[in-house]
Amino acid sequence: MTAVQIIRSEWTKIRSVASTVWTLSLAVVVTVALGMLISALSRNQFDSMPVRDRLAFDPTFVSFAGMSLGQLAMIVFGVLVVSNEYSTGMIRVSLAAVPRRATFLFSKIAVAAALALAVGMCMSFAAFFLGQAMLGPHAARIGDPGVLRAVLGGGLYMTLIAVFSMGVAAMLRSPMLSLGILMPFFFLISNILGNVDATKKIGRFLPDQAGSRIMRVVPGLGDDTPYGPWGGLGIMVLWVIAALAGGYLLLRRRDAQ
Amino acid sequence: MIEAVGLTKRYGDKTAVYNLSFQVRPGAVTGFLGPNGSGKSTTMRMILGLDNPTAGAVTIGGYPYRKLPNAPRQVGALLDAKAVHGGRSARNHLLSLAQLSGIPARRVDEVLGVVGLQEVAKKRSKGFSLGMGQRLGIAAALLGDPQVLLFDEPVNGLDPEGILWVRNLMKALAAEGRTVFVSSHLMSEMALTADHLIVIGRGQLLADMSVRDFISANSADFARVRTPDTEPQLREKLGSALAEAGGHVLPEQDGALRVTGLALPRISDVAHEAGVRLWELSPHQASLEEAYMRMTQGAVDYRSTADQKAGLQQPLPPGAQPPMPVPGQGQPGWYAPPPPQQGGQPFAMPAPGAAPAGPYDGAQAGGHGAPGGPSAGAPNPYAQPASQAPQAPQGQAPAPAAAVPPPAPQQAPVAAPADLTKPEDPR
Repeated sequence: MTAVQIIRSEWTKIRSVASTVWTLSLAVVVTVALGMLISALSRNQFDSMPVRDRLAFDPTFVSFAGMSLGQLAMIVFGVLVVSNEYSTGMIRVSLAAVPRRATFLFSKIAVAAALALAVGMCMSFAAFFLGQAMLGPHAARIGDPGVLRAVLGGGLYMTLIAVFSMGVAAMLRSPMLSLGILMPFFFLISNILGNVDATKKIGRFLPDQAGSRIMRVVPGLGDDTPYGPWGGLGIMVLWVIAALAGGYLLLRRRDAQ
Repeated sequence: MIEAVGLTKRYGDKTAVYNLSFQVRPGAVTGFLGPNGSGKSTTMRMILGLDNPTAGAVTIGGYPYRKLPNAPRQVGALLDAKAVHGGRSARNHLLSLAQLSGIPARRVDEVLGVVGLQEVAKKRSKGFSLGMGQRLGIAAALLGDPQVLLFDEPVNGLDPEGILWVRNLMKALAAEGRTVFVSSHLMSEMALTADHLIVIGRGQLLADMSVRDFISANSADFARVRTPDTEPQLREKLGSALAEAGGHVLPEQDGALRVTGLALPRISDVAHEAGVRLWELSPHQASLEEAYMRMTQGAVDYRSTADQKAGLQQPLPPGAQPPMPVPGQGQPGWYAPPPPQQGGQPFAMPAPGAAPAGPYDGAQAGGHGAPGGPSAGAPNPYAQPASQAPQAPQGQAPAPAAAVPPPAPQQAPVAAPADLTKPEDPR
């Protein structure tokens, strides 16, 4: 049995359930629409902004404003891809067919990650160009320094969020439990930790905060983050590797159910 | 060839399977029998490498499943008919499994035809009935044309036509030289399908023998002899005459005699010599279901109790009769009449000591003999073991009539009106 066969099989699985289409299209729509809305609002209010804010104005990052909400749909996608196997009992059929559990888990995650990457890149570029169109005179161009990096980084960020969720779901197995932990974490807790002064220094090492650094072209004034754009993405990759390793170790040890 | 050696599985402090050793040979259908919760599915899951055994090992063709090269082409399994993503169509479900082992998509349509699901191949499996789910599961098992097949309760939810089809399918697969291992809790089904039986109870081996051996060991023939009801003394007379002639005579609940050890013509001759008229002389065979029930009786985890409906009961109007209980309902052991030959080894077992709480342990200490019944003097071999008393239905415990129906006329539920007037637990 080659990895190619498992990947083809996983592709059949992923394309034949409705949740894939729904979660991914929701992620694209939410990210792009919210980014356009915020961009349009920023354009109208640019003149009334304080000078400080105008100096730190980052048109690329503004057009990515929808990512914080769109990433929740990516989390749902990542969680469902893995936990569907458990909630339906399909895991027993799958593991009976692929006794080598590492091959099974990583083929599944590879297929889902490739799909998430393709969708994430489209989403990132769409959000950038449509957002810039809304910004009008304040828009950035893709050729400006750092902008292409930020747009590619946006696609990578979305992919990594989805893969991180897959790792967590592989550890927790239950879709409800996984979503119940991941959703509030990324939507609330991470934001709170990152905005309260006392916890800021820890908060910025969380996967989403570190990873989203790559989407900024203009770092905020007085920005003292100890890592650069790629360093931040590296921190996020470490989180993802940890989640996947945990998922694999548990899958290898546990009874399949 | 599936081979288990000392297979043990514990979940926390509950032992699901204990020290199970058996072999499943190719070219035969091997039935895997046991009551609910006896460890059949756990054993199947360990064979497929889904659960790790706490101790012992199980191999297929000499390999532990997780090390088996190209496992889906070697082993096909139906574990759980509902283990399918409900949003995926039957065809896509099978296609994803086929692609795993490089099976062409053509084969998917083939097996869909074999199980009769081609009409609904494009439908989401969410709307499938249990029987359709079983067919889909069987299709998945057949996909790789494997040499070893495992089926966990394949006939659950199937219609009679489907049951017949599964039965013939199993036999055909075995006739092609494959190893077929089928679990069930229905002895009657296995008697028709299987060539070999492995019976477990409470996770331990109770029997490992061919169906033919099981039948000859357990379904001894007996003759039912009935004398005129109007003359009870004739019955006594015939009973002693038959006993003198070397027969084993057991009185039955309705006044007939159950005779073993004598051929029918001989019984007739003895009756003629004794001058006893006969109303009935008929050959009978104890069913395999009964033998299986007796074997597993001590190992049943989940027993029903009689539904007393105490919480619902209205005071009966004066003079009204309480409803008659349905015979057999909620009466443990009602289905398991004693074996034809009393005192003999009721069934052959390869390892008689395998059952820790055998159904006959402590029977004499139980003191469940019917008061005044003919079996009061002789120990009743089928009384509940004393050690199991707490698990036995409490409502019935003091009423031996309901707990165990040995062939004593006084113990038949319908012949115990004194009990029926007391609707509640006599305690």
